[in-house]
Amino acid sequence: MKMLHSFVPSLAVMLMAASGGAGAQGVLIDRSEIRFVAKQAGGGVEGRFRKWKANVDFRPKDPANSKAAFEIELASIDLASEETETEIGRPAWFDTARFPIAKFESTSVRGLGGDRYEIDGRLSMKGITRDVSVPVALRKDSGGNSVAEGQFTVRRLDYKIGEGMWADTSAIADDVVIRIRMVLPPVQ
Amino acid sequence: MATDSTKLTANGQGAARAAEPGYTRTAIALHWIAALLIVCNLGLGISMINVPLSPLKLRLFLWHKGIGITVFLTASARLLWRVMHPAPPAVPMPVWQRRAVAATHVTLYVLMFAIPLSGWIYSSATGVSVVYLGIAPLPDLVPKDKALAAVLQAVHGTLNFALLLLVCVHAGAALRHQFAHHDGVLPRMLPFLR
Repeated sequence: MKMLHSFVPSLAVMLMAASGGAGAQGVLIDRSEIRFVAKQAGGGVEGRFRKWKANVDFRPKDPANSKAAFEIELASIDLASEETETEIGRPAWFDTARFPIAKFESTSVRGLGGDRYEIDGRLSMKGITRDVSVPVALRKDSGGNSVAEGQFTVRRLDYKIGEGMWADTSAIADDVVIRIRMVLPPVQ
Repeated sequence: MATDSTKLTANGQGAARAAEPGYTRTAIALHWIAALLIVCNLGLGISMINVPLSPLKLRLFLWHKGIGITVFLTASARLLWRVMHPAPPAVPMPVWQRRAVAATHVTLYVLMFAIPLSGWIYSSATGVSVVYLGIAPLPDLVPKDKALAAVLQAVHGTLNFALLLLVCVHAGAALRHQFAHHDGVLPRMLPFLR
């Protein structure tokens, strides 16, 4: 494994493809995003995570040997208000005191033809691990970077996120859409 | 009654029979619907803030937004109606009072549009989309932006404070006309007082 990027976004740029085999890449963290949209009574509630580490080794021509791993600092959430950000860290939700980090680790990467890929992996939150599948589309931006975008849906109750009175899905829906955008520098 | 007075006003003869002209039934209905919604929503808005975060609180916010958008729609209908059916001529009163009346009414109209709008933009800025009555999703007017949300929260609160004051002035003036001046202003909006 190359390296887990620092939480400080500006450092992330330095890491990159220098070492390792063909296609080994870092992620330009300050230009990448991990966002989500929950549904509250039919209306979207948007948020994102400010701090996360990525370790991506993406090989478009050799997807089988590609890998992606993420660690998300859950307390770095950016939500509607301070009140909701405090609430979401409590034991009924993320329980960040006991489970500060959410992890994703890929188990397989498959090419779906064209610029589309599917990343299967395991997502762990609050001590619970589930399989997830993330479809990703790859494109180039004007700077020659690769931009991988994908979204997938998790059921928050699978991870016991929102327990007790918050398990009420008429207040907040079970499905939460996670949207990721990763900007990878050009392959050397 | 209401139909007669509409005709009088439309014929420009209202001033000659100051006691008679009133607002149309539609104008009266819209006025009281708006009044009821505004008073309820002011109360709801002030009280929901301190409810601990819970599904109940989220529901109170939804109702608050639903009522607020309804106030906006009602105000639009009233403005449209008023353009087509001008208000009856004012009862005799000093010039300064007439000016104060005009200023109050214009400001009330402005606030009936500005307050729901500021609330909607505020909600957008916090990243929470508004769905009117749980069925009609409204577009986000601005992208999620914490700094902007803080400003809009203050704007929304301040405008509502102004509205609360003006509603008191408006209702107080109507009561004063009724009980101190006995000049038939209030019955124009409350025909059963005639």
